[in-house]
Amino acid sequence: MKPGSTSAACAALLRRDLTLIWRRRGDALNPMLFAIIVVALFPFALGPEPATLQRIAAGTIFVALLLAMLLSLDTLFRSDLEDGSLEQLVLSPHPLALLLACKIAIHWLTTALPLIVIVPLLAQLLHLPDRVLPVLLVALALATPLLSLIGAVCVALTVGMRRSGMLLTLLVLPLIVPVLIFGAGACNAAQTGLAFAAPLLWLGAWLTLALVLAPLAAAAALKISLT
Amino acid sequence: MSTVDPVIAPLLQARSLAYARNEEPIFGPLDFALAAGEVVLIEGDNGSGKTTLLKVLSGLLEPTSGEVLLHGEALTLAKLSHQVALLGHLLGLKLELTALENLRFAIGLGGLRRGITPQLALASVGLDGYGDQPLRSLSVGQKKRVALARLLLVPAALWLLDEPYANLDRDGIELVNRLLDHHARGGGAALITSHGAYAYTSGTPRRIALQAAA
Repeated sequence: MKPGSTSAACAALLRRDLTLIWRRRGDALNPMLFAIIVVALFPFALGPEPATLQRIAAGTIFVALLLAMLLSLDTLFRSDLEDGSLEQLVLSPHPLALLLACKIAIHWLTTALPLIVIVPLLAQLLHLPDRVLPVLLVALALATPLLSLIGAVCVALTVGMRRSGMLLTLLVLPLIVPVLIFGAGACNAAQTGLAFAAPLLWLGAWLTLALVLAPLAAAAALKISLT
Repeated sequence: MSTVDPVIAPLLQARSLAYARNEEPIFGPLDFALAAGEVVLIEGDNGSGKTTLLKVLSGLLEPTSGEVLLHGEALTLAKLSHQVALLGHLLGLKLELTALENLRFAIGLGGLRRGITPQLALASVGLDGYGDQPLRSLSVGQKKRVALARLLLVPAALWLLDEPYANLDRDGIELVNRLLDHHARGGGAALITSHGAYAYTSGTPRRIALQAAA
């Protein structure tokens, strides 16, 4: 890879952001702890009967994971804006959308992937039937990148404002409600023995669309935020 | 679009360039040209729009009227490719990374000038041996020197430096002047802002005066 080529720029950005997250790995664990705590609290509130917990298991895990990801969303571009790195990214000769796609990929890899890895444990806590677990994992594998992508656009829009946390949540929530309905819907269908492929395919279609459009939208929004 | 031959066209040219924020004029209209090998000082009081002018020239902000030509062609962010390096008040360095890691990232993003390495660049800004220290442990002036080392590494012909003398000691000011001379001799050009407290000492640079809009 020649220094200055676009692939070198993406590699440098990936390496830098992964190093930064590794140096702050304590913070990176927060979403995971949050999800575990939320899921672990439900049996205390609703009682330990397996029948009750089984009914709410998939939905609870879904909500806990999406909220846990929201926690870390606000920091996606904030530190880069505050120390001027974002200006350097915008001024670099490479397509900003591609660089942002790298940052979004890192957000997914470092927040969503660890969360998905602990899902089997969370499923055990709530007595999720074994046959539903694969459906839940597939649904989450499609829904979490969607949240990273949609969230990145909203973060790019709000990053220029101070104390944008609440506004960001208000912007993101309505956009991820359909994701939640289809994802948790697939799991509920699988649990009651109904066909669950359609909602998963819908999620896949949205993910494909968002993969192409969200980085472009985020780049445009970020340029507006910088002015 | 202009049809000027890029060989004889000045490196950077501003034509009746003006910028207004929310209808309130920040600077301009300004006309000036910057040839290769030139260092030009932008002078003005606090709030006279020096930083904004640099942002417009780098393409970060759209001018309200007028145009910026780079090698005789209209400037767009997409066309900037490796030609402009901006050093602003925010240095664009990560405190958690070491000086060398920061510089390697800059090279990955902007490319590498011929015949220089990150170690050499650090040595020439007087930070030999600080390469593996986290940036957080360096002083404000030393961080600024790391940002200056980035300018040496990235192959940009035009340097836009916002208050490059701020936070630097006497040696540091001397260093900035040496870097600017070196850059100009190598066919580069630089625009630097200053509120007048320090000055570029080698020769008498051309000055562009900005006045705070009433």
